[in-house]
Amino acid sequence: MALDNETVQTIARLARIKIDQSDVDKTRASLENILDLVAQMEAVDTSGIEPMTHPFDATMRLRADEVSESDQRDRFQAIAPSTERGLYLVPKVID
Amino acid sequence: MTITTLATLAADLDSGKRSSVEITQDYLNRIKHSDHNAFISVNEELALTQAKSADEKRANGDSSPLLGVPVAQKDIFCIDGTQTTCGSKILENFVAPYTATVVGNMQSQGVISMGKTNMDEFAMGSSNETSYFGGVNNPWRSTAKGYENKNLVPGGSSGGSAAAVSALLAPAATGTDTGGSIRQPAAFCNLTGIKPSYGRCSRYGMIAFASSLDQAGPMTHTAEDAALLLNTMVGFDAKDSTSLNVPAEDFTASLNDSLEGLRIGLPKEFFGEGLDSEMATIIETAVKQFESLGATIKEVSLPNSHLALPSYYVIAPAEASSNLSRFDGVRYGFRAEEYSDLDDMYTKTRSEGFGDEVKRRIMIGAYALSSGYYDAYYSQAQKLRRLISNDFTCAFTECDVIMGPTTPSPAFEAGSRSDDPVSMYLNDIYTIPANLAGLPAGSIPAGFTSNGLPTGLHLITPYLQEAKMLNIAHKFQQTTDWHTRVAPTAIGGSQ
Repeated sequence: MALDNETVQTIARLARIKIDQSDVDKTRASLENILDLVAQMEAVDTSGIEPMTHPFDATMRLRADEVSESDQRDRFQAIAPSTERGLYLVPKVID
Repeated sequence: MTITTLATLAADLDSGKRSSVEITQDYLNRIKHSDHNAFISVNEELALTQAKSADEKRANGDSSPLLGVPVAQKDIFCIDGTQTTCGSKILENFVAPYTATVVGNMQSQGVISMGKTNMDEFAMGSSNETSYFGGVNNPWRSTAKGYENKNLVPGGSSGGSAAAVSALLAPAATGTDTGGSIRQPAAFCNLTGIKPSYGRCSRYGMIAFASSLDQAGPMTHTAEDAALLLNTMVGFDAKDSTSLNVPAEDFTASLNDSLEGLRIGLPKEFFGEGLDSEMATIIETAVKQFESLGATIKEVSLPNSHLALPSYYVIAPAEASSNLSRFDGVRYGFRAEEYSDLDDMYTKTRSEGFGDEVKRRIMIGAYALSSGYYDAYYSQAQKLRRLISNDFTCAFTECDVIMGPTTPSPAFEAGSRSDDPVSMYLNDIYTIPANLAGLPAGSIPAGFTSNGLPTGLHLITPYLQEAKMLNIAHKFQQTTDWHTRVAPTAIGGSQ
């Protein structure tokens, strides 16, 4: 399956991963190899087959709408790269 | 040097022959003298504190079978207050603020965690070479001319766990298996490795790779040990939405049951092109062995098994791209030092924090899930998943267990396959179908190649029949001694 370099950069942008210009060809080749492997799927007629999302076809379990966790904000924020007054800090989004 | 089993250690602790502190200190010393790079971190102080507490509990009448036995934990399991890296730079300095349910279950049974084992980054790999913390040396060496001093890979992704047990640095370890990550390294390192039915072990606190496939399990010398360790790991957990709520069972209870009348199915697809011919002979000989135990052997077919690898390389990357979107440098883990805006911060953090294989799989997943491609990729892969699962349902009407080789070839030389992702993926060609179907599967030592390398016999049983699989494995180990062989670079061990 052939990809062009522009598509590789689009995929990278979707994944929030930067591909250096010098690595694009190499990345494209390895993605193409994997997609060639995956392309074997195309030959199979799967009309009428239900997709299998869970080995036991189980559905999501629901629980009672009750508070089950205690507040651990301080513990969880202690491992964050940057916080202030209980908030996570990120670069300014709106000027 | 001989192997030391969990069963032996439990008996020694029970009789008072050795204390948990003595045993744990012995293993910690071996870890210090090892050059296998099997561990990412070792917590000696915590292990000895737990050992001391286990000795006290035993003195006060607690008789939990594995109370005071030390093991190694794959570094994919969060342990409160402990560095948990998942083999990645992005989590290099991550100290988990909570404990995985599997580890918590083990701790409540008095099992001691000595440290965290090396692994492929985010469990994506079959050689342990994608770890940010470096590759792991397989304790086994080829005796072939020119290969005597060459390092072989231990397999992956649970390569550190496999090497640790095989090198006698720990009597047992935990692993996780998404496409073969317990069974393939077990085969490469001459161990027993069990991937339970999907949902047996809670995924809470186990860093997610592909959520519909990931499953934790034991890596041990013997099937009996696997049963003992699995007993401490499983159980329903409300914190995992896919956890199975099934009655507790003792996996050791039926180890010695007779195999008279057992029907073994050999799928012809597992003995075709791509299988090393010496490996095929070894596996056929191992399977034959079961006839003397009363089993019958017949050929079965899993006609869609060739579609397992293609569908896996859509489903697993798709789920990974979703799961790994949480690594953005905001709430925990690594954050890039310089960035111009929020988007740039995400991108630089992820580009600097993830290794090549992880990036590759995230990109494949992002592509497969992107607008316009979902039906052709993800949906089609899930339909094939059902066909693969139906094949097993059909095969199990004719047999009680499916057997074959765990891997197409034995352990390979470090560096020899890392340039070609697809050739690396082929390592898991026999193990992936069981993950897609959610079935319990395991690998047990099956014999050695002429170059002295271990091989694995692969067992797959119907849903929730781990006890049956362990029974089959145990009976085999009662009549063979492959699992007792000690790796050439093992350290310590009972003299």
